[in-house]
Amino acid sequence: MSSDLLQLSAAQAAAAIRAGEIDATELFAFYRARAAADQLNAFTWVAEAAATAAPAGAPLAGVPVAVKDLFCTEGVPSQSGSRILEGYRPPYTATVVRRLAAAGAPLLGKTNQDEFAMGSSNENSAYGPVLNPWDRTRVPGGSSGGSAAAVAAGLAPWALGTDTGGSIRQPAAFSGIVGLKPTYGACSRYGMIAFASSLDQAGPLTRDVTDAALLLRHMVGRDANDSTSLELPEEIRLPRRGELHGVRLGVPEELTGSAGGIDSGVRASFEAALAQAQALGASIETCTLPHAPHALSAYYIIAPAEASANLARFDGVRYGLRVAGDTDLDTMYSRTRAQGFGAEVKRRIMLGTYALSSGYYDAYYGTAQRVRTRISEDFRTAFSAVDFIVTPTAPTTAFELGAKSHDPLAMYLNDFCTVPMSLAGIPAISIPCGLSDGLPVGLQLAGPAFSENALLDVAYAIEQALGFDGRPALSAGGAA
Amino acid sequence: MAAETEYEPVIGLEIHVQLKTRTKMFCGCELSFGDPPNTHTCPRCLGLPGTLPVINAQAVHYGIMIGLALGSQIAARSQFHRKNYFYPDLPKGYQISQYDVPLCSGGRLGEVRIHRVHLEEDAAKLVHAGSSGRIHGAERSAVDFNRGGTPLAEIVTEPDLRSAEAAREWLTLLRTTLRAIGVSDVNMEEGSLRCDANVSLRPVGSSELGTKTELKNMNSFRFLAQGIRAEVERQTELLRSGRPVQQETLHFDPASGSLTPLRSKEEAHDYRYFPEPDLVPLEATAEMIDAARAQLPELPSARAERFAGALGLPAERARELAFRPELGDFFEVALAADAGAEPAALANWMQTLVERLGDGADPASSLVTPQAFASLVAMVSEKAISRDAGREVIELLVAEGGDPGTIVEREGLGAISADDDSLSAVVAAALAADPAAAEQVRSGNMKAMGPLVGYVMRETKGRADGGEINRLIREQLGL
Amino acid sequence: MLERHQVDHVARLARLELSDVEADRMATELSKILDHIEAIRSLDLAGVQPTSHVVDLVNALRADAPHGSLTPEQALAAAPEPTAAGFGVPSPGQGAE
Ligand SMILES: [Zn+2]
Repeated sequence: MSSDLLQLSAAQAAAAIRAGEIDATELFAFYRARAAADQLNAFTWVAEAAATAAPAGAPLAGVPVAVKDLFCTEGVPSQSGSRILEGYRPPYTATVVRRLAAAGAPLLGKTNQDEFAMGSSNENSAYGPVLNPWDRTRVPGGSSGGSAAAVAAGLAPWALGTDTGGSIRQPAAFSGIVGLKPTYGACSRYGMIAFASSLDQAGPLTRDVTDAALLLRHMVGRDANDSTSLELPEEIRLPRRGELHGVRLGVPEELTGSAGGIDSGVRASFEAALAQAQALGASIETCTLPHAPHALSAYYIIAPAEASANLARFDGVRYGLRVAGDTDLDTMYSRTRAQGFGAEVKRRIMLGTYALSSGYYDAYYGTAQRVRTRISEDFRTAFSAVDFIVTPTAPTTAFELGAKSHDPLAMYLNDFCTVPMSLAGIPAISIPCGLSDGLPVGLQLAGPAFSENALLDVAYAIEQALGFDGRPALSAGGAA
Repeated sequence: MAAETEYEPVIGLEIHVQLKTRTKMFCGCELSFGDPPNTHTCPRCLGLPGTLPVINAQAVHYGIMIGLALGSQIAARSQFHRKNYFYPDLPKGYQISQYDVPLCSGGRLGEVRIHRVHLEEDAAKLVHAGSSGRIHGAERSAVDFNRGGTPLAEIVTEPDLRSAEAAREWLTLLRTTLRAIGVSDVNMEEGSLRCDANVSLRPVGSSELGTKTELKNMNSFRFLAQGIRAEVERQTELLRSGRPVQQETLHFDPASGSLTPLRSKEEAHDYRYFPEPDLVPLEATAEMIDAARAQLPELPSARAERFAGALGLPAERARELAFRPELGDFFEVALAADAGAEPAALANWMQTLVERLGDGADPASSLVTPQAFASLVAMVSEKAISRDAGREVIELLVAEGGDPGTIVEREGLGAISADDDSLSAVVAAALAADPAAAEQVRSGNMKAMGPLVGYVMRETKGRADGGEINRLIREQLGL
Repeated sequence: MLERHQVDHVARLARLELSDVEADRMATELSKILDHIEAIRSLDLAGVQPTSHVVDLVNALRADAPHGSLTPEQALAAAPEPTAAGFGVPSPGQGAE
């Protein structure tokens, strides 16, 4: 029975519960036990039991969800991967987590992440790195690495992540699962411990595209607590498309050419996936995003600048770590923050503070905002000629632990293909499209703002045609 | 030796006004004053991780009302920024304020041009808690977040003021205006009105601006004037002795009346403003502006002009009434009672009434009705009672209310008219009682009238009209 | 290129205590990142409006209606130095400086 439960996708499990074939309590206990036996360091906290029973007839039927640590959950540790928030239990719950609970997805546990979502490998967590279930010597990607690893290894049916410059899509790609970053504003950010406010978006990490659609359906919507949230023009539908006749897929030369440093195995899988799409009726066209090569630079100004302000509240006064509280105020601030933040967070705070400082604002922040405008315009232009943009999600497959942790810039280059969509605020999904040397490769599809349903449909059609098999990670397991 | 250069002060004010909304600027905590510490907080105004601000519509409405009252341009689209600095009373490490595009720009109040008006959130209160026993030897403070997040309008003037007195007077006009439109309690002692001043000097006749200093913590009208005066003197001395004025922030100490520089740090003014990504832009629509305009009453300066113009009151009296809306209102109701009192007489008697009621009292909440007041003034004007008797009646009205006619009758305060023989008899008695004075008056020394009039006043208990007594004395002396 | 004294200034603005070694390393690392980023400064962006929000929303306003507040105990639950008067801190302007 247990191994049968593991084979069910979240949507299948919800259907089975509704049909009376399995019991929600049993399913919760099954995943709770797996999460508690986690050998990947994917979880930072696991629930004892479902906090509340799923309401009768709830669409998600009691299928539990793993939640990235940075979502505030009342009374439950919410540390955003940081020492400075060690043991912090907020007095309120993030909107998205509340919505999922109301729809019948109780909290299974909190997942490990790069500190304050800053990282592409999950090595920047104060609570230790997460291991990739496909190869435990490798990183699962980041910053939502714990969520990605947990789903890939069957420690959770599905999970919540957040994506600022690729933090859902890239770990989904590295872990052989589906990750969707919705249109900016689709999901409320209320209760998400902020990294970069104008870029952060919550999204699902799931085994397949159908699960991603189902979870997203119950996350989205305007929230009075988040001024930047909005109502999607239509409800998220479950995908069903089987062919791609008339669909134009654009391959941007700037992101897939030599500049991106795409390795050959990734390129081979990417091209095979395009061939499959073509076989389904799609046309593959070259398109151009002239400013995309500059997206990374703009991103690494805007995101750290916003982060430098967002992280100023961690000052040892109201919550979290305090160091040197018996000295003068400024020493208390500086030591608390020096000891509470990890190296990457400090680096970005420094970078962002510098970019906003007197005399440099226009040269850095102002310029980056203008590049951001150009990038949005590039996408608008591109979408007048093609329906979706396709790229590899990341230029490489999962790399070995420690391989890039001493070269920040090399680490940043991982986000080369995912950052432009973040800057433009448009939806993008990563689906597994094959293996390279036994490691998963991700295919990224991006569409215009609010095109989630169409995007999910296309992703679904390609997913069905590719028939990617995630069972090696599932059975290798992360559970003891 | 050359004559000493004459300097002229150039003063601009920055005024922070706490808006009288029910809830804070960006969260639904109720505003409070004097409640126990940290009883009005929530995850938002404590700056807990993951929380987001949401703009209070009423604060925007009040902001627009202020802009309209000051004749400002209301921005079609304005934006909030983050102003970054570390301080324990600032929970997020930044203050949400407005920067390059404020809600209101330009305008004028009285003789002073308005530079801008913008919305922001107030800081929390940091109280000194003394030396801690728990932590050895360290001075401790405590933060109370009740005030943190209170909506503020910051009003910045152009440097159009030229003296401490003018600054004080203008601030009074501003306070009156804000009170009249009902957007704030504007109480300096309670901190709902706070005023900083930028002060510089320049040689008289020059149009260039000198180096300015910023004066803080002048939390009363008196202190504002004191602080500016002290700073003008300090800068004058510096310049006369050939030393430069340093650009700095000075803290006014009300106890000593002195100014001390705030510790300046090298990065003191690097606030790293950038657009607040958690808030979307603010568009003041025509509907919002119309709604604000519809709620504006007649403004004090306009009312003063009307009192002086249409009603012919002296300018000073017109301002006294118009700048205290409750007095203006009482005055206007009394005038409308149509008891036959002239506006100028009513206005004069308002002064007497205000004295009797005590400083700051609202006549509307006294026992004196505007109608009773109006008929009293009419009685004096018609010489039905003397001015002295009028003052006595006011005192009785304040003490017990009622109708002035009844009081006059009951107390026997009615004027003794000239046709009344008894007044002639008293005058005759006065002349008989002081023949020396009578003789002096007869020979042209009018100063000697005093004792004679005094005698009659005493005998009639002030009910006789002074002019009438005068006439009778002359008549009886054959002048 | 970021000089060491600039690193010290920025660290002071950001209230981050850096050791000598850390500050030197920060100067090197940030310089490398900035070298990469600087490329965008050569783009022709004349007349381009800056983007600070990608969503086309305005006036997300809230009615002036009170919600409940936390109790002082709840507010101070996670505070490192809770006191009756509030959140305890070293007094500004006191001590070492
Ligand atoms: Zn609050």
